[in-house]
Order: sequence, then structure tokens, then C-alpha cells
Amino acid sequence: MSKNKSEYLINRHDNQYEVVIGLEVHAQVTSESKLFSTSATKFGAEPNTQVSLVDAAFPGMLPVINEYCVKQAIKTGIGLKAKINNRSVFDRKNYFYADLPQGYQISQFKDPIVGEGKVILDMPDGQKEVGIERLHLEQDAGKSIHDLDPKNTFVDLNRSGVALMEIVSKPDLRSPDEVNAYIKKLRSIMRYLGTCDGNMQEGSLRADVNVSVRKKGSKDFGTRCEIKNVNSIKFMQMAIEYEANRQVDLIEDGQTIDQETRLFDIKKNETRSMRSKEDAHDYRYFPDPDLLPLEVSDDFIEKLKSEIPELPDEKKKRFIEKFKLSPYEANILVSDIETSNYFENVIKKSDVKLATNWIIGELFAALNEKNLEISESPISAGNLSKLINLIKDGTISGKIAKTVFEQMMEGDKDPKKIVEEKGLKQESDPKALEALIDKVIDDNRDKATEYKLGKVKLFSFFVGQVMKVSGGKANPQLVNEILKKKL
Amino acid sequence: MSDIIKQSLSELVENIKGKKLSSSEVTKAFVERSEKSKELNAYITEDYANALNKAKKFDEKSNLDLKLPGIPMAVKDLFCTRDLRTTAGSKILNNFVPTYESTVTQNIWNEGAILMGKLNCDEFAMGSSNETSFFGNVQNPIDKNLVPGGSSGGSSSAVAAQLTPITIGTDTGGSIRQPASFTGTVGLKPTYGSCSRYGIVAFASSLDQAGPMAQNVKDCALLQEVISTYDEKDSTSIDFKRNEYSKELTKNIKGKKIGIPKEYRVDGMPKEIEDLWKKGIEYAKDCGAEIIDISLPHTNYALPTYYIVAPAEASSNLARYDGVKYGFRAEGENLIDMYEKTRSEGFGAEVQRRIMIGTYVLSSGYYDAYYLKAQKVRKLIKNDFDDAYKKVDAILTPSTPSSAFKIGEKTNDPVSMYLNDIFTVPVNLAGLPGISIPAGHDAKGYPLGLQIIGKAFDEQNILNIAYAMEEKINFKNNITDWWIK
Repeated sequence: MSKNKSEYLINRHDNQYEVVIGLEVHAQVTSESKLFSTSATKFGAEPNTQVSLVDAAFPGMLPVINEYCVKQAIKTGIGLKAKINNRSVFDRKNYFYADLPQGYQISQFKDPIVGEGKVILDMPDGQKEVGIERLHLEQDAGKSIHDLDPKNTFVDLNRSGVALMEIVSKPDLRSPDEVNAYIKKLRSIMRYLGTCDGNMQEGSLRADVNVSVRKKGSKDFGTRCEIKNVNSIKFMQMAIEYEANRQVDLIEDGQTIDQETRLFDIKKNETRSMRSKEDAHDYRYFPDPDLLPLEVSDDFIEKLKSEIPELPDEKKKRFIEKFKLSPYEANILVSDIETSNYFENVIKKSDVKLATNWIIGELFAALNEKNLEISESPISAGNLSKLINLIKDGTISGKIAKTVFEQMMEGDKDPKKIVEEKGLKQESDPKALEALIDKVIDDNRDKATEYKLGKVKLFSFFVGQVMKVSGGKANPQLVNEILKKKL
Repeated sequence: MSDIIKQSLSELVENIKGKKLSSSEVTKAFVERSEKSKELNAYITEDYANALNKAKKFDEKSNLDLKLPGIPMAVKDLFCTRDLRTTAGSKILNNFVPTYESTVTQNIWNEGAILMGKLNCDEFAMGSSNETSFFGNVQNPIDKNLVPGGSSGGSSSAVAAQLTPITIGTDTGGSIRQPASFTGTVGLKPTYGSCSRYGIVAFASSLDQAGPMAQNVKDCALLQEVISTYDEKDSTSIDFKRNEYSKELTKNIKGKKIGIPKEYRVDGMPKEIEDLWKKGIEYAKDCGAEIIDISLPHTNYALPTYYIVAPAEASSNLARYDGVKYGFRAEGENLIDMYEKTRSEGFGAEVQRRIMIGTYVLSSGYYDAYYLKAQKVRKLIKNDFDDAYKKVDAILTPSTPSSAFKIGEKTNDPVSMYLNDIFTVPVNLAGLPGISIPAGHDAKGYPLGLQIIGKAFDEQNILNIAYAMEEKINFKNNITDWWIK
């Protein structure tokens, strides 16, 4: 595929515009307790049941850093091949809101815990590197609920103080497809690391999207708009498309673009101005005097490095080299830690090529149909492995295997038992097959004669008849061999 | 025993331990004295009935091995006390009852002491005269219509008037040492990180420290020993080896080198302060100390630096008082309106002034010129002390540039009020320990204090110097009980 073919450009009159996108992803740190308090972080708990005095900002309460969250951020940094900073500083971002009990969010402004890194995307026309600007730790705010009462707003502080990693990309993305690939890759890396579950429905992963446009070939960036808090990849893509086209229209109309913060309206599929640059908050960042600078030693970082599992890029390389998978197959199998674990479990005791085909083909289709994740698969890796071995050793044909597979999807049944119970075992006894074939030839004497006279096309007719008579259980290879002899 | 209230903490502890006095007798004496002293307005919240009950319970099953066995004590209303209203001297916390206890007060109760009530203070500890309290000004027992200093004005008044045998205050820029100086009592501001800030209503987090306020140095050492603990709940708490300050207290300071910083001879300093300082130098020499002239070149910049750093932190620390979760709320048309009304009505003028200063110096475009520069100067001030301590063991200065002033005298002149902190703020900016001891009287007979500043974590040394000088000075407070009818 040529490079230009997948280039995302917006055409207006005689002009071609390129879209420049940068993302600020907010990823909830997988952790039992919050960033600066010991409250639980379980999703879906009753409102205000996971709130400590620190989270609710009672007088005299002080934050104490959760070491586990720091480790999680560093691990994520390592996964992003980024520089880990030995010294980082927590700052206060000051603003008033009902769901922000302290009146400030503790974040990292000048000195983040993780510096520059990169993420490799596998696009249809090759690999693309996206730069990471930084990763920092910060507190989440609570949740304001405006629609439960006509006059009052309710506040749920369960989320208040939960640890987030803000991962800021460089403005390296150029299309909605790249954004899709980037988010999926980030999510994949963090799930491999166990640092963020990446669950977008539960809000564990959301992003602010910075969009600007420029004429193709231009080196300068256009004025950007920031679309706040988009919580699904689909919405990000829709928002980018709308916003890029809006900006192009303005330029084509001879107008300028105002740097502003915008909201994406899902229902109307459009972005709307939230506040202009002039109205931007002055957050009055300053180092939080309740917290000392966060110092992490090289030994501490090295120890975490030694705990990092094999990540998707490395795993893909290994799959290609060791198992001779195609890059396409490897990509699919490593995209999710659960999938790659499943795959590796299946091939422990069965043929790689067959396993790859069955997982990517039958299993994915069946799971998709039932709307299940691989972790919820009714067929365990062990049983799929057994099924593949039954095919490999000739016990059943590929066709019969599909029938068995369907039964297995109804519950995690042992394929051997299904084959036995239903008598699906392939007939590979030459004597039995010879008898069967003799009968078929006998029943179709006229056709046998025609074949002998040169109508070779009839061979497949005989194969079909044999299979039919055997109820599909005859070993096709043997049938071929014997038929050739007999005819 | 009619003289109970006249006894020092150390005497009371000895008498209770020797079973010459019961906790009930002692508590009753101080409660009665407090009840007769309402005119001083030292208390914001009284908890006398509970105190008497607790004393009775203590006597029934007394543990005399504790350091403060059955000792009644009132504390500054900046310390959160479980189930007892904690206001920080502000309308905005007028109805606030904590469900938790500050580490410092918990340490005190763990050693057997009994809470009598909460003492008045400047609103959120912002003030030098206790006049910014929502609960009214406090009288200095030295003289009617005299301020007791601030912000721990209720504490200094209560100790000087013997409403409590001892107390604790907090010191962000001088709020323990200045009121101690104004009331002829002893006040120690410990090293930053010595006493936990957990459960203390925050003013300026990088400067706030709790400390003892007492009638004498020995009592002060005993309470410091109790309140200074490492606390994991405060990330700025420091894990260092703490002395048993009262046990290790000694008057032998022979050969100790005491520095006299020339920059503390400020323009317009009253002669009586200059004279007091000279006298202090002589006392120190009498005790066997060696006097060395030193320089702290950035002293001049300490006050402006402090009045940038402290309001900046305060503007953020006080953002939580927004009417949403607890405390006072004024109804509004919408969220912003509610915020504005709550904070306009809930905070007093001085607090609002400092929130505005703090917000300004942190604002984009001004941050570098003010806050960042102040942080740099703060480092220089600390370096000054580090250099000085290569030559000396401690530093001697006056505690305040004047004696106590009249109520209302400086309320319309904030800058003149701020100047009161000129000798105390550098110590907070450098995170060092400092103690004020009464050292003499001015022409009007009002007490004057001297300040001894130590190296970080060297509380024992300044307590020793104070202990030795205290004996030589032999200060007598001149209190006539004028407020008791």
C-alpha cells in the first residue's frame, strides 16, 4: 500500500489540509487505594462510601503519597520507553468547584515523574512512532450529579483523590485512525503492565484532544483547540473529524481560529466552545508545601525495570521469529495481554499454525457473535488445544472440528468427549474405507465406467459420495488414495 | 490548696505523682479560675464539665507513670479536638466539630492530660494581637486594654493569668514567641518537622509549627518532650532522634558560643529594646557563654519574603472553606454566588486581605516576580543561618521590636502590625527552633522577651541556654488579677 493512500487530508477547493492531533490521556492507576489517602477505589460503590477525611479535605488533613501508585507510574513510564525522573514535584492546581473538596488538585506541573518517551503504532502502511512528551501523577476530582434533583447538585466524592496518570503525546498524530491505534496501543501497554485497566466505559481512560489544521506541506502548526474529556475512541474520532472540518471551513472563509477549549456534543456530533483563551483559568500552580519533592533512586527504578513483563512490541517480535507468524497475525495476537496469554497457553501442547488460524478465525468470530471478551471465552485454552490435536492427528477432519467447536462454545466441554459421544471420529481404517468405497463404486457402475473412459471430473463425485455415506467421517486423504486405486 | 493555680506544671506533676494533689483538685482549681476570668475572653469553647469528669475518672484509676498525669490543659483553637468544636477563630468554622484528633493533642492526652477547652486566637492564626478573632479580642492579664499578642493570644493570656498550667500554640511567623514576649511567659517554636501538623488547621504549611507555651523553661521542655513525635500522617514530619528534653535540661552552658546578629539592630528600634538586648548579652556572659558578633545579611528581606510565602500558601489552604462540605454556608443563587457570599461573610477582613495577597502573588505573570523570588530569598536567609552556625551554637535577639500595644492601636495599620514579626519570621523561613523567654520590663512595666534561635533539631541546646539565663534574669510577672471582681 502506498503511503499516500492512507494519508488523511481534508480537501477544500484547491487546498489540501493536514490534521495535527495531540492527546492528553487520563489513565486511572490500578491501585487498591487513592493517591494520597487509604480510601478504596472500587468502581460502582455506593456514593460517598469511599471517602476519607483527606479526600473530603477536612481541616488539618494532610496528603501522604501512596508508594504503589508511584511504582505504577514509573512502570508505565518504562513501558513507554521514557525517561524516569529521579526527582519530581507535586504542585497544587487551584480552582473552585463543588466536586473538588480541597479547592485545588494535587498534580505535577513543572517536574513530572516521567519525561519523554515513545509509542510505536502498527498502521496498514507500516510503523509509526508517536512521541510522548511526559507522564505525570495527579488526583482525580469527585463527580457532580446535576440531574437527580431540579434545584440541587449532588456530589459523589468516591473518585476524589483517585490516582490518575496524565500521558501527554507530542502533536505527532495525523488522522482519526492513528488516534484509534494510539489509544489502543497505550491501553494495551498499560494492561500488559497492570497499571491501568483501560476500561473506557468506567472512565478509567479518557482524553483531552488537541486539534489543529495546516495546509499540506506547511511546517508551522495552526492554532489548536482542545476538546475536553472525551471518553470513547469513536467519539474522539468523530470529534476530530468535526473539529478539523470546522477549522478548515473557517480558514477557507478567511477567518482565524481562536485558541479555546471545546466540548464534544455526542448527540449533535459537533464541538462547542466552552471557554476562550482569555477566559482560561489561572490555576496559580505552586509546589504543594504539604508534600516533599518525590525522590526515586536509580536502584528503585532498576528494580521496577526487572519486574516489567514482555510488552507487545517485544512479544510481537518473538512471535514472528519463533513461531513464524505473519506480522498481521502477530499484531492481532499481541494486541491484548489476555489474547496473547490465551494463544501461548493453546500452543503449549498443540500446533502453532492451526492454533493461530483457529483463534484468529473461528474463536474471534464466535466470541464476537456472543459479544464476549477472550477472558470470558467458553472454550478454555486447554480444550482448544485438545481440539487442534484431534485435527492434527487425524482423529477428526477440519469440517467435523467446526461442529465440535460449536458444541464447545455452548460450554467448556472436552472435545474428545464430544467426539466420542457423538461418534464423530474420523474413519481412517483402510479396510472399512475400502468396503465403503467398493459399495459406492458398485452403486454407481455407470459413472465408474465413464470415469474410466476419461471423464476424470467425476472423481470428486465419488469423493463426495463416500463422504456422504460415511456421514462426513471418512478420512478424506485416505479416501482419495483408495479411490484412485479402485477406480 | 488555694495556691494550686500558682504552681508550675512541673510542681503540679510532682504533687499529683506524690499523691499530694488529685487531678480533680487541680482541675477544679483551674476551672474555677477560668470561670472567674471570662473578661479576658481567653476561651472560645469551654469544656469544664467534661474536664472535671475526666479528672474524676483519672483519680479513680490513676496512672502516675505518665508525664502529664491528670493535668488539665486548654489548647489553642487551631488544634482539631475530637467531638469538641474547633473554630480556628473563624466564623466559617463556627459550627465545626471534628471527628478526629490532632497528633499533637493526642500525644498530650496519651500522657494523661485533660482537655479543659479551646483558647482564642487570631482567625486562622493570621494576626499579631488576637484582634482578628471572630470571637473577639483577648485581654492581656498584664493590663486592661492591652493585646496579649497573636496569633496564640488566648494561649498566652491563659498561661500568664494561670487559667491553665501550660498550653500549646502554633507559630507560623512568631505566633508563639511574640505573645509569650507580650505576656511575660515562655514560648518555644520547634524545628519545622519536629511536631506533626496533622489535625492542625493549616495557615501556611511550610512555616506552621506547634509548640509549648509555659510559665518557665522547664515546663516548656517537658511539654516539648511530649508533643514532638515523628508522624507518618504528616509528610513533612522528620524522623530524628528526639531528646528527653526535661530530663536532659542543664544550666551548664559554659563555653557555648552565642551569636549577636548586627542586622537585628533595626532602624527606629526603641532604646529599651536595645537595652534589653544588651542586658541579655550580659546574662549570657554571666552564664559562661561566649558572645560572638555575626552577620545575617538577608535579614532585611525576611519580612517581605514572609508576607509573600505565607499568604500564597494560605490562599490555597483556605480554599477548602467553601460552604460545600462543612462549616458556615451562606445561601446563594448558584454555586459561584454561594462561594462568594460564604467566603465574604465567613472570613474576616485580615484573612480576606491575605487570601487576596496570596492569590495575587501566585497569579500568572506575577508568580516569578513574587512567589518564585521569595522562595529564592528564603533560601538565602536559610544560608545566612547555616553560615552563622559554623561559628556559633545559638543566636540571641530581642523577641519583638516593642512591648505589648493597646487594643485597637494597630488595627488600621496592617504594615505596622506586620512589623511586629520582624525578629521572629526569619526563624520560620529557615525552619529553625526559637524560644522566647521573659527578660525584663519596659518603662510602663510591660514584659519584654529575648529570643534564642538554635540550629535545626537542637531544641535541647536553646532550652539549656534559656534555662540558664532564666535563673540569672529572675523575671517576675506583675499580674494583679484586675479582671477578677
